[in-house]
Amino acid sequence: MIQFKKLSKSFRRASVLNGIDLDIGIGERVALIGSNGAGKTTLIRCLLGEYDHQGEVRIDGLDPRSNRTAVLGRIGFVPQLPPPLKMPVGQLIDFSAALCHTDPARIHAIGKRLGLDVDGILSRQFVRLSGGMKQKLLIAIALGRDARLLIMDEPAANLDPEARKIFFDLLAERLEDATMIISSHRLDEVSSLVNRVIEMDMGKVVIDAQVADDATLTDRLLCRIVLKRFEPAFAKAVEGWQLVPDAGQLVWQGGIAGPDRLRFLGIVSRYTALVADLSLREG
Amino acid sequence: MNQLWLTAKLDIVESLRARWFQIYTLVFGGIVALLFVFGLTESRVLGFIGLSRLLVTYIQLTMAILPIFVLITTVRSVAGDREAGVFEYLLSLPVALQAWFWGKFLGRYLVVFAPVFLAMFGAVIWASIVDIEVPWNMFAYYTGLLAAMALCFLGIGMLISAFARTTDMAQGAAFMIWLVLLLFLDLILLGVMIQGRVDPELAVTLALVNPLQVFRTAALAMFDPQLIVLGPSAYVILDLFGTDGFRLFALAYPALLGLGSAALGYFLFRRGDLL
Repeated sequence: MIQFKKLSKSFRRASVLNGIDLDIGIGERVALIGSNGAGKTTLIRCLLGEYDHQGEVRIDGLDPRSNRTAVLGRIGFVPQLPPPLKMPVGQLIDFSAALCHTDPARIHAIGKRLGLDVDGILSRQFVRLSGGMKQKLLIAIALGRDARLLIMDEPAANLDPEARKIFFDLLAERLEDATMIISSHRLDEVSSLVNRVIEMDMGKVVIDAQVADDATLTDRLLCRIVLKRFEPAFAKAVEGWQLVPDAGQLVWQGGIAGPDRLRFLGIVSRYTALVADLSLREG
Repeated sequence: MNQLWLTAKLDIVESLRARWFQIYTLVFGGIVALLFVFGLTESRVLGFIGLSRLLVTYIQLTMAILPIFVLITTVRSVAGDREAGVFEYLLSLPVALQAWFWGKFLGRYLVVFAPVFLAMFGAVIWASIVDIEVPWNMFAYYTGLLAAMALCFLGIGMLISAFARTTDMAQGAAFMIWLVLLLFLDLILLGVMIQGRVDPELAVTLALVNPLQVFRTAALAMFDPQLIVLGPSAYVILDLFGTDGFRLFALAYPALLGLGSAALGYFLFRRGDLL
C-alpha cells in the first residue's frame, strides 16, 4: 500500500532522511520509533505530501504531492501537538467532514465514545480545550471517516485509561481495512498496538522487524492487587483505571485493556513496596 | 469551488476571533467616529465641506495605516500558523493547494476590506440621516481605491508569507518593504531630482510604480483633477494617462500588483515545502 523508494530529504545542508526504502502493506500496524531528530516527523510529512523530497513516495500507487485530494482523502492523521486553532469545535468538525466527504455525525459519535461531551463543546474554541479533549477530538476526526491509512503521532499520550481502552477498541474495529503508522519516542508506549516495528536513527531505518501479536487490541485482563497497607497516593494513581477496592481498601480489582498492560504495570511499579500480591489474568 | 469557500470561511472565522482584527476594526471605526466627534463635517477648509472633507481625511489616514497593518497582520498570522503547526494539520486534510491558498486569500481579503469600507459606509449612512450632503462620486471612487489598496498589500503579504520561513523573518521583510515604499514617496525622489542625477520622467515613473504614491496621487486627483499641487510632475502624469486614465490606472495597477504578488506567492508555496 505504501512505498518509499530512496526517499531523501535535506534542509539546506542538513540531511534528515537518507535513502529510505520501505514497503508497508494493507493491515499492517507499524510502530515508527526513534529518538528526537531521527526523522520520524519528516517521514510522516513526506507521506502527507507536505514536504518536497528526493526519491519516491507512493500510496496505492499515487504520489501524495501531485494527487493530494485523492491520497489525503484516504488518510486519517492525528498530530502529536494539537494545532492552536481558534475556530469553534463545531466548525472544525464540519470543515473536516466536508473536505473528507463524511457525515459529521460519525465524528460526533466517535468523540462521544471516547468520552467527549461533543454537544457541550461545539461552540468552544478548539484552542481552549484541555489537552485530552483536543486529542480525543482529533482522533474522532481521523477515525470518523473511511480512512484506509491512519497516521498517528503519539495518539494516546494525553488520554486517560478509560479513553485509551476505547481508543484501542476503535482501532481494533479498523484492523481489517486500514493500515496504521503510529509514531512514538518509546517502543513500550506503542508496542502492544502494533505488529511491526520500524526504528529510525539519523534519517535511516535501523530496525525493521515483525513483532509477536499475541495480545489483541480488544483483550481485557482481570487485575487483582493486594496492598500491605492503604496509601491515598496509590488510590489516586489507579483512580482512572477503574479498579474497585474492597471495604478495607487493601484489595483492588478491575479490568485492564490488554494493550495497556505495560503502561499499567509501569504505574503500579511506583508503589512496589506497598504491593503484597499482584495478578493479571486473561478473561 | 466548495473547498475554496470552505477555506475562505475558515479563515474568516479564525480572523474574526483574532486580536489583530479587533484592533484593526477599532482603529478604522474609531477614526470615523473621531472625525465626526471633532466636527470635521461642520468645518470648511480649502473648499471642502460636509462629508467630502471627512472622506478626504479618512482616505489619507487609511493610506498611512492600512498598508503596514495589512502587511504585518497577514505575514504574522500566515507565517505564525505555519510555525505553530496549524498548516501541518489542516494541510493533512484533502484540500487542493489552490483552494487552500486562494481560499485563504479570499477570506483574508473580505476581513481586511470590510472594516475600512464599513467605517466609511457608516459615515455615509450617518451623513444621510443628519442631512449632510454625500458626495457619491467621491464615495464610489474611494471605495474602489480602498478595495485596490487592500488587494495590493494583501497580495504582497501573501508573497512574503510564502517565502519567509519564520514569523520574525516575515515581519522583518514586510516592514522593510513598507519602509522602502514610504521612502520612495516624495522624499528620496525629490532629493534625487534636485541633484539632477535622474531624469525627471524616470523619477515620476518610479513614483508611479510605488502603489503608495499612486493612491496618494489618486486621492488628490479627486479634488484637484489637474494635480496642481504636484507641480511639474503633473504634466508627465497627465500627458501619460489623462485625468480619467490616471484614475483608472490608480485602481487597476495596485490591484494587478496585488494579484500578481499573490500568484507568485502561490507558485512559491506549491513548489516547495508546505510547512
